[in-house]
Amino acid sequence: MVLLEAFGIRQCFGGLVALDQVSFKVQAGTIKAVIGPNGAGKTTLFNIVSGIFPPTAGKIVLEDRQITGLKPFQVAALGISRTFQNPSLFAHLSVLENVMVGRHGRTYGGLFNCSLRLPAQRRAEREARDFALDCLDRVGLAWMASESAQALSFGQRRMVELARALATEPKLLLLDEPASGLNTRETGDLAKLIGRIRQSGVTILLVEHDMALVMEISDDILVLHFGTPIAEGPPAQIQNDPKVIAVYLGEDSNVAASKEPEMRLR
Amino acid sequence: MNRRNYFHLLLLAAAVILIQLCASGLNKEFYLTQLTMSAYYSLVVLGLCLLMGCAGQASLGHGAFFAIGGYMSAVLTTHNLAVWQKAVWAGWLQRAGVLVLQDNLFDGTSQLVFTPWAAFLAAMVFTIVIAILVGYPSLRLKGHYLAMATLGFSLIVYRLLLASPLTGSADGINGVPPWPILPGLTVSGEKPLRISNYYLSWLIAMMALVLLMNLVHSRVGRALRAIHDGETAANAMGINTGRFKLMAFVVSALLAAAAGSFLTHYNAGIGPSEASAMKSVRYVTLVAVGGMDNFWGSLLMSVLLNFLSLRGYFGTYDHAVFGIILILIISLMPDGPFKPLGNLIQRLSTNRIAGGKEKHGSA
Ligand SMILES: Nc1ncnc2c1ncn2[C@@H]1O[C@H](COP(=O)(O)OP(=O)(O)OP(=O)(O)O)[C@@H](O)[C@H]1O
Ligand SMILES: [Mg+2]
Repeated sequence: MVLLEAFGIRQCFGGLVALDQVSFKVQAGTIKAVIGPNGAGKTTLFNIVSGIFPPTAGKIVLEDRQITGLKPFQVAALGISRTFQNPSLFAHLSVLENVMVGRHGRTYGGLFNCSLRLPAQRRAEREARDFALDCLDRVGLAWMASESAQALSFGQRRMVELARALATEPKLLLLDEPASGLNTRETGDLAKLIGRIRQSGVTILLVEHDMALVMEISDDILVLHFGTPIAEGPPAQIQNDPKVIAVYLGEDSNVAASKEPEMRLR
Repeated sequence: MNRRNYFHLLLLAAAVILIQLCASGLNKEFYLTQLTMSAYYSLVVLGLCLLMGCAGQASLGHGAFFAIGGYMSAVLTTHNLAVWQKAVWAGWLQRAGVLVLQDNLFDGTSQLVFTPWAAFLAAMVFTIVIAILVGYPSLRLKGHYLAMATLGFSLIVYRLLLASPLTGSADGINGVPPWPILPGLTVSGEKPLRISNYYLSWLIAMMALVLLMNLVHSRVGRALRAIHDGETAANAMGINTGRFKLMAFVVSALLAAAAGSFLTHYNAGIGPSEASAMKSVRYVTLVAVGGMDNFWGSLLMSVLLNFLSLRGYFGTYDHAVFGIILILIISLMPDGPFKPLGNLIQRLSTNRIAGGKEKHGSA
């Protein structure tokens, strides 16, 4: 079953064509990676899928429903959540509160209920707290719950961002370079965590420069180069694609090394 | 609200009672008048704290919302509708308690006017409409559009009040009747009612404080604080950022307008200076000097500085004083004076504990 499908996405910033003719499908329950050199348009693609801005042309369909032009909060309500390339936690909120923000769309409570702290509201608040703690536990940071977001290391910020995205109970999770800035051990943990998230039924779309990680965990890979797809297929096929190797010429040792991902991760 | 906040609230209530007892005991009850007014002005500041401190949206239009509330109450409770006295609807509205026949204070003739409660409710509805009209277009944009739009808005309101005969032009409106707000409790500046009005104003201010603090530590408040820290991320996490910013704007405008209504009945009148841009700057100053998102700090600073201002301590430099404080705070201590002070106290006390331990060890 196709969960997300993009049709002919094109994005221009002034004279710059950041994306052109990008079409792809994401099968439900799989991990799909989007790779490409710096400036290939990967983050731009995520911004379009999550509704940060509408594409210049083309459309995005989530489960038979067109979502192009929806606002980010509407896209989130339909089950797409994301993390950002530069972790963007809410600096003045605690770690737990950051993750509780992810519960926003799954809970109720307006001005009246919240300012009077009615019993129903207190219950909802407790449930949101428990759920958020659970998400923090999944990324292994429940013990940091009451810390300020600013007290976290870079890697921890990435993990809290991931917990916050999980708190929205997404169908599709967009991860923008989740391993950048992580050390080898943290990257290994991340690979396992992403595997567990997929096991729980969440489909994942992943942007990542760490080829070893990409080759290890993804079912399907889309390669972008200057905003256009140049290859798409399972890892084994992508690794041997001459066009991809040409694009990664400077980095092809990287691609070659990733043929033994187990070795590199250990 | 957590346990510590309830403790602080108890302290505040005790201070309010103590001040009243001292003022009465020392025969200085006139101080209570300015403290009552300060409490009402603090409503504006508390609301602005929610909008600026929590949601991070600066407004230079809250003086105008205060004036809108005050003038709505003043105009509706003094404008004579006697020409329509024979109309059927006038009878209905009288029976419903919306209109009332009242003796004119000056010439003894009777006049048909709105009751203070009806005027207050009308003021609230009107404020919601205006706040949405002003806030909706400017809050959808990021950045300082709201500050610009609200500044323009307050200049327009000020000019309209000065120009319109309905609002008494430069003189404003006098002879606003007292407001029997509950059986046995009347908002009025008359001497015999001084103490009850002092307590009423502080009760209202404390209620606003409790409600706002509940709000801040809830789903809604979290959403507002998230918007402050990162609007794009907040939106991507499912928060309708435009709607929540507008909500904070409307709530703060309502608090300002309510303060305007109360003070207008208390002072028996209102003038156009309440809508001047300098008044709006003053409210922003009080939020900044309290520590931006610190309701307690803003409440204390608001009461202190408003009291001094109302007692005339700043003389003709009144507006300048607030302007200078704003500049100093923003350039020297953007977190307000309380956070650095708290840090200092904490450092001193940990030093003392550490020092004590050392002594203990060497002994
Ligand atoms: N909001 C924007 N306004 C103008 N240009 C932009 C904007 N966002 C991205 N671009 C440009 O679009 C191109 C693609 O950028 P994008 O961030 O999508 O690349 P990327 O594949 O995510 O790169 P990286 O691997 O470095 O994160 C770049 O040339 C970038 O400068
Ligand atoms: Mg990127």
